[in-house]
This record gives sequence, C-alpha cells and structure tokens, in this order.
Amino acid sequence: MKRILSFIIHHSSFIILLLILTVFAVPMTAFAQDADPGTPTDDEVNAIAKQMYCPVCENVPLDVCGTQACAQWRALIREKLSEGWSEAEIQQYFVDQYGARVLAEPPRQGLNWLVYVVPPIAFLAGVYILFRGVQSWRQIEPDASSDAADHEPATQDEEKPADDYVARLEEELRRSEQ
Amino acid sequence: MTEVKTKNANTEEAQASTGPQWGRIIVWGGLLVLLTIVALGLKRTQEGPVGPGQDAPAFVLTTFDGQEIDSADLEGKVIVLNFWASWCKPCEQEAADLETAWQYYQERGDVVFLGVDYVDTEPEAMVYLNKFDISYPNGPDLGTRISQAYRIRGVPETYIIDQDGVLTHTQIGPFTSLSQITAVIDPLLEL
Amino acid sequence: MIANLGFGALVLTFIVSLYGIGAAFYGVRQNKPAWVDSARNGMLLTFPLLTLSALSIIVLLVTDHYEVAYVASVTSRSMPMYLKVTALWGGQAGSLIFWSWLMAVFASAVTLRKWERDREFLPWVIVVSLITLAFFLALNIFIENPFNRLWQFPSGQVIEKMFQPAGSTLFYPRDGQGLNPLLRHPGMIIHPPMLYLGFVSFVIPYAFAIAALVTGRTDDRWIRLTRRWTLWAWMFLSLGLVLGGRWAYDVLGWGGYWGWDPVEIAAFMPWLTGTAFLHSVIIQEKRGMLKQWNMVLIILTYSLVIFGTFLTRSGVLSSVHAFAQSAIGPLFFAFIGLTFVASLSLLLHRWNDLKAKAEMTSMLSREALFLFNNLLFIGILVVSFWGVIFPLISELFIGQKVTVGPPFYERANGPLMAGLLLLMAVAPLSAWGHSTIKTLGRAVWKPAVVAVAVVVAVIASGITNPYALIGIFLTALVIAVTLYEYWRGAMARGRRHGENFFVALWELIKRNRRRYGGYIIHLSMAMLAIGIIGIEMFQSETQDTLSQGETLTLGEYAMTYDSLAVFDAPDGRNVARAVVSVSKDGKPVGELYPRRDFFYDSQQPMTIPAVRSTLEDDFYVLLVDWEEISTSSATFKVYHNPLVKWMWLGSWLFIFGTLVAAWPEKERDLAPVRTRAAASVKA
Repeated sequence: MKRILSFIIHHSSFIILLLILTVFAVPMTAFAQDADPGTPTDDEVNAIAKQMYCPVCENVPLDVCGTQACAQWRALIREKLSEGWSEAEIQQYFVDQYGARVLAEPPRQGLNWLVYVVPPIAFLAGVYILFRGVQSWRQIEPDASSDAADHEPATQDEEKPADDYVARLEEELRRSEQ
Repeated sequence: MTEVKTKNANTEEAQASTGPQWGRIIVWGGLLVLLTIVALGLKRTQEGPVGPGQDAPAFVLTTFDGQEIDSADLEGKVIVLNFWASWCKPCEQEAADLETAWQYYQERGDVVFLGVDYVDTEPEAMVYLNKFDISYPNGPDLGTRISQAYRIRGVPETYIIDQDGVLTHTQIGPFTSLSQITAVIDPLLEL
Repeated sequence: MIANLGFGALVLTFIVSLYGIGAAFYGVRQNKPAWVDSARNGMLLTFPLLTLSALSIIVLLVTDHYEVAYVASVTSRSMPMYLKVTALWGGQAGSLIFWSWLMAVFASAVTLRKWERDREFLPWVIVVSLITLAFFLALNIFIENPFNRLWQFPSGQVIEKMFQPAGSTLFYPRDGQGLNPLLRHPGMIIHPPMLYLGFVSFVIPYAFAIAALVTGRTDDRWIRLTRRWTLWAWMFLSLGLVLGGRWAYDVLGWGGYWGWDPVEIAAFMPWLTGTAFLHSVIIQEKRGMLKQWNMVLIILTYSLVIFGTFLTRSGVLSSVHAFAQSAIGPLFFAFIGLTFVASLSLLLHRWNDLKAKAEMTSMLSREALFLFNNLLFIGILVVSFWGVIFPLISELFIGQKVTVGPPFYERANGPLMAGLLLLMAVAPLSAWGHSTIKTLGRAVWKPAVVAVAVVVAVIASGITNPYALIGIFLTALVIAVTLYEYWRGAMARGRRHGENFFVALWELIKRNRRRYGGYIIHLSMAMLAIGIIGIEMFQSETQDTLSQGETLTLGEYAMTYDSLAVFDAPDGRNVARAVVSVSKDGKPVGELYPRRDFFYDSQQPMTIPAVRSTLEDDFYVLLVDWEEISTSSATFKVYHNPLVKWMWLGSWLFIFGTLVAAWPEKERDLAPVRTRAAASVKA
C-alpha cells in the first residue's frame, strides 16, 4: 500500500481519483478480512477472471487465456481471495498494478465517460432527426408524385378490416402476374 | 452524422441550394476528425519502439521495496533500463549477465541498472529476482506506464540512455553475452 | 521459375487495371465507346491473369518452395495438403492476392452482363472496380509481395527480395515456420473466403451507386441492377460471420462464439449497413423515398469494408485476428482518405437530385417501420464503431490504454437488437402508405396470443429472468407472425385461384420470392436469436481438478475423468488427449475427448474443446491442465450452453432464404445483375 501511495503522489489527477477509490476501499478491506475466506475454488477465481483482460493476450478474457502470465494472474486472484479480499478490491488492485486496461470496460471517470455517453446521445439524435424527417415528409403535398396505386383509400381500410389484407395481397398477386 | 445530413437536407431544401449548410460542415468535420484519429493511431503503430537518438521518455519507477526512482534525478548517469517478466523464458538467458554487468559497473557510480517488471505478479517476480541474485533496483511497471512510454513490443527489451537522457541503444530480445552488454555501455563512459 | 511467372502475372494485371481505368476515362470523356469496350476487355483479362498468379502461389505452397519468403512463413513440411493450399490466405501477402482474385471474379462477372440499356454506367463501374483492384494489387506489388525470395549474402545475412541482389545466392530454409495454429482447422478453408467474398461483392453495388452519382442517373435504376448482387454479398458476409463464430466455438476454446473483438466488429459493421440497405432499398423502389439515404448506406458499407480491412491489416488495433505487423498502413490510409472524400463529394454534389418524391402518411406504415429498422441498425453501428475506436482515442489523447469489452457492447446493443426483433415481428403486418394502431393491432393479435402462450409455458418451466422472457416473447412473435404471413398469403391465394394450400403456398413464394425469401431469412434470424438467448443468458460453467475416476457435475450433466494420453501426431503436434465419460440425468450419453495440441514449429498450444451438441443444449469440455507423466489428475473446464445449436441450424436456413430471394430467373441466367428488374417492380 505504501508503494502505491508514494506512486500516487508523483502522478496526475487520474491517480488522485484512484486514490479516493482506494481510500473508500480500505474500510471494506478491514470488513472483508473478518469473514472466513476458506479455500477459493476454480469457479470463484474464474468468476473474477472472466471480467478481466490481461495485456499479454489482448481481447481474450483472463479466465480462458492460456499464457503463463495469465496463469500467474489467476494464481494471484486465488491468493487474494484466500486472504479474504473482495472482488472489487481485487479488481482495484489489478487496476493499480497494470492500468485500467485490465477491466472489461473503461472505468467510469474522466474522458472515459465518453464511451458511455456518446452512443445514447447519438441514438437520441437519430430518433429526433427521424421524427423531424417524417414530419417534413408529411408536409409535402401528397399529389406531388406519389404513386396512387400503391395505397388504398383509407376508408376502405377502416370499414373492411378483415378483407384489407386479402385485398392488398390479391392486388399484389394480380400485379405480379401481369 | 450522415443521417443528420440526409434528413436535414429534406427539410431545408431552400438552404441546400444556396450554399454550405451546417449539415455539410458537420459531415466533413466528422470525416476529418475520424481520419485524423486514424492517422495518429497509424503513426503510433508505425513508429515502433523508441529508437536510438531520441530523447528517452521520462519515467518514475517504484521498486519492490518501495523506493522511488525518478529518471529526472539520474541525469549525468548512464541508465540501463531492462524490461522483463518472470513468465518470460528468454529473459532468463540474460538475467545473470545483466547482474554481472551491474556488479562490474556498480563501483563507478555513474551507471544505473533498472529492471522494469512488465505485467507480472509480485510473488513470482520475487522468486525470479532471488533465483538470479539480482541486486540492482527492480520494480513493477505500474499501470504499464513505462512500457507504454517506450512502446515496447514484448519482453525482454533493454534501453540504454546516456548522461544527457538520450537513448543510445535499443536491445530487442535478450543480450546473448556479457561482452554484448559492456560493448554498448563502455563507449558512453569513455566520453 | 514459378515465382517469376506469378509475379509477372501480378504486375501485368496491375498494368492492365491502370490501362482500363485510363481507357474508360478517356472513352467517356471523348465519347469514344471503343475505348470503353477496350477497358471492359481489360477488366475481363484481370481474371485469368490473377488466376495464374494465385495458382503460382498455390503451386509454390504445396511443393515446399521455402526459398519463397511467404511460403516459409505460412507452411511447413508436416502440414497436410489442404492446409498448404489454404495457406494462400493464411498470411498477409497471400490473402491480399486472394482478395484481389475474388475481386477479379466479381469484376469479370459484372463485365459479362448485357449492358445495352445501361451503357452510361459501364465506364464508371469499370473505373470504380478497377481502382479498387489496382489498389489491392499495388499493396501486393510494392509492399507485401508474396513472391519475394530469401537471398543469402556471403556474410550469412539473409534478406527478402523479389530479385537477386548482387553477390547473393538463393537461400533454402530446410523447413517453414508453419501456419498459425489458430488457422489449422477445417473451418479455415471456408471462413476467410466467405468473409472476403462478402467484402468484395459489396464493391459492385458501390460501383453502380457511384456510376449513378457520376452520370446523374439518380433514379432507382442502379438499385434494381444491383439488388441481387447485394443479396449475394449479404449472404456471403453473413456466412463469413457465422462461420467465424463456429470456428471460434470449435477452436478457440473460450466457450463462446463471439468475443466482440475489434476485428469481428470490423466485419460486423458492413453487415449492419448492408442489412439496413437491403431493407431501405425496398422503400425507394416502392415509394420513391430515401434515395439519399440509400446512397449513404451503400457508400458507408463499402467504406466500412475498406476501413475494416485496414484496421485488421495495418496493426492499428491489436486483436487476436490481426495480421502480423505490416507496412501497408500508410498506402492503405491514403486509399481510404481518397475513397471517403471522393464518395462524399460526389454524394453531396448530387444531394439535391436525390430528393424524396413521396410523402410519409403514418408513423406505423411499413416505410416508417423500415426507417426505424434503419435507425436501429445504425444505432448498433454507432455503438460498435465507437467501442472499436475509443481505445485508440483514449490512448492517443490521455495515454491510457483501455479495453472496451463484451459487457459494453452487450448492454448497449442488446436493447437495439430486441427492437429489431420487435420490428421484424410487426413490420410484415403493416401496410405500405398507412397503418394505424387499429389495423396493426387487428393483424398482430393472433400471433401475439401465440407468443404470450410460449412465454407462459417458459415461465411455467421455471425461467424467470425478465430479459430472457422479453427475448423469448419477441422471438416467438417473429416466428408466429412470419408463419402467419405465409398462411394468410397461401389462404388468400388459394381462395382466389381455387388452389389447395400447398400449391397456393408454392405459387405465392414463386410469385414474390424476394418477400417470402426475406421472411425465411427472418425465421432464420429468430433461430439465431434463440441460440443467442440460450448461450448469453443461460450459459453456466464450472472448473475443477479431477483424479482418475472422479466426477464433476454441472446441472443435469456429470462428467467422469477416465484417462489421458500424451503422444506426438505426425503433423508436428504434441497432443494431450483426455477421455471423459458424460452422463445426463444419470444416463450415460457417451465419451468426449477434449485435448490440448502443442505445435512444435510455432511453440504454441491450442486448447481444443470436445462438445456434445443437441438441439436442447451443448456440453462443452476443455482440458485446462493435467498432472504430467502420471496423468493421475487433470483439470477440466466445462460449459453448459443451452440452445446453441439453433444458431448453426439458423444459418442453414438463411442460406436457403437468400437462395429463394436471390436465385436468378431461369430465362435470364446470363444476365444475373439485371434479372427481373422490371417484373418485380411492384413485387
């Protein structure tokens, strides 16, 4: 911990954020160590490893990566688990040691917020544009150049609902047979 | 982005014919930004590791025993910066030679050997250091910052930095003999 | 010398392509059709020339010519013949040749069609195709030459060059380095070719779109001409993606089929825009709307194909699929810049000619629902693109490497995909021009009752995960609606023509193959959805170390470790093969043989899973580790993957659906591009 702290002092604001997170994690450490850890099973190790990525095998989750480096990482997870660390603490430890790239998703801080914010904004913008586009289309005069044969009068549709589909289909069939 | 363009031009027909409109500007701007990002990424990829003649990137190494080593404090000394890992077989080939070289230069006081442990776990790293009796300072590459700054492609890689902080030699892969190590350090000391 | 022959053919193709581009330009400028015809002949010539070149490489590969650098880097003596042949696309240089060859196949095919009615398109289709081809050939000739040989100087230094440097002699390595173990799988024969086919075949619709923009013939003629091309391209790309998933499932040993790896996404992105395009062109044909948007989509598709290839091959993104470091990046980047800027300029130049001609009358009309479909596809595209590009941005601007992994994509794309399922269920029931809640509700209630019944049955079986239930409901609705559509259509036709149900169904599909073929594809997508829901939401796994005779259980399955043997296989592998017996609900269901292959030449291990696959579920076993020599104990990782098989079955169905929709009409076999353009206008 001392090593990490001294490292932090020499680094940028990003690290200060990490520091804050670490500070929050400290009481949890004390709490977690009270619990009886037992011997961690492979499944418990894999459950954590599944959500992490080792830089040695890019884009392959840690639980299935076959390199020696990843085997050592899994052994480390097991060791930390047997010491009673929680999943969040272990993840934080790996982030401190190896950087944010070990996480399956960028941590929600700083520039990384863009990852989460841009897609919904883009999608909402798309929805807005689509609705506006549709409205503007509605304003175009129907007689401009629309193909009248393409749609039946609305009244027929309302009055003879059951036959609407059949009528439409028959119309299509008739046309395709011409 | 492009969609903005599509629908917008429909609604603002008049503007479309009179000249540039914001939709076009956004589309071209977006394309420019994208191409710039890709170009920068490509440039970085093409660069490869930091090469001889360039200023060595500054770094702070926190050793396994908690000591802080700042490259800025080492000006005037030759730095031998070795990237290694306990899971790396080729690293073992050069480990003993590096230690011997360190013993050889240690008394002079103007050569510093530093080991950066890349993506490794501490218990295994300690075993490795003990196995080869390595006595020069070693520390983990916290957050893979140092390896990123030097854009290493793998381990082992060794960077020799002269008294002025300029990189003079890049060793990709292990040193094969002690003489190979001294051959790249000695010329710097004779100056 | 075979290498010289192959290289000569390559250079000649490049020159012919450049000539073709020049001749087509000149012909159209000076209005001299003879020059355009000459360019057309040039385009035809690229096919035999490149065939010669590609065959040269194959001959070199199968005859162990290790003095050729490419051969030495992707083959070794111990590799079986089929892998030596497929090593043609096992490395950067060879796969670029293969790409060019496929491109030449398509370019020639498009050249052979009858052009009388569309002569103004011809020179521009030639120009676009040949520029693309010439670019890929340039990559091969100037940077990644597969015919480079190894030359040794008296000093012992070995270099890679096409022609003999002074003072050197040809260097013959005793053996090659062998193919990357990941690629030594029968799936390797089919997955890359399909993907490349999908990629290159999208060049043709793009070429027509550009031709339409350049000539100003911006009606929907280009769309009718390329409709079938686009369907084929879509099928190949889809198949490439599915086969890639299958390959990952069978070989990579991570229990899944899709890892949201940047390179997977690079292939997925053109599929998204391509699929959106297939839908939105229908609106243009029916309603004269979305002309601008269709142009945008096809240009995007082509751009994403090129961009994806660039990302994979330039080393900009790191990925399990990435090719080894290559110098093709800058040239590739220049080409991308050129195509993007040129396409966009052309598009904006013709923007006002592409104005919509019809009105939108209802937000529930079929065209409106198609627009939502496009919105969702583009939404998935934005998410995927952003996820791929963000790590690059993060690294460049704040120096922090980040991983954007599956959780991000699954959370962001999941709802959008659910939306697509909903549209797939509703849109076939809505009418062109207008629909209201009332008409739509009347059409949808019967299938909805069926879907609700399915969900109730599923809940009764004990599944309560709400996301899974939503997914199951939507999938059931899609299937119910689609089958209902067939039924209604056949009944209506049967009444009208007095045919019995099956004759009516047959005739119905025959009369409107695109629609009913499309519905088959919808059904196949529902099957894919079943598989995805199964594995994404109900996968379970466990790992344990077993002594011989010990048993591990996972759900209803139990697996006993019987024995393990380690031996050398003749093809240069060291194989560790375990024998485990599996039982389900206490009944034995057979033995499985998970193994670990270690490749001596590349010093790489591969974990090959053993799978028991049924319609209900897959039992998937990985050999993780074992006690050396005594083999008294071994560690296994086992997965229970419900319903995965439906994915692979679904892909057969979509091939069938595409064939129904895109198979050329008998009487027009010679002109596949233009087929039935007129007859199915109102289809």
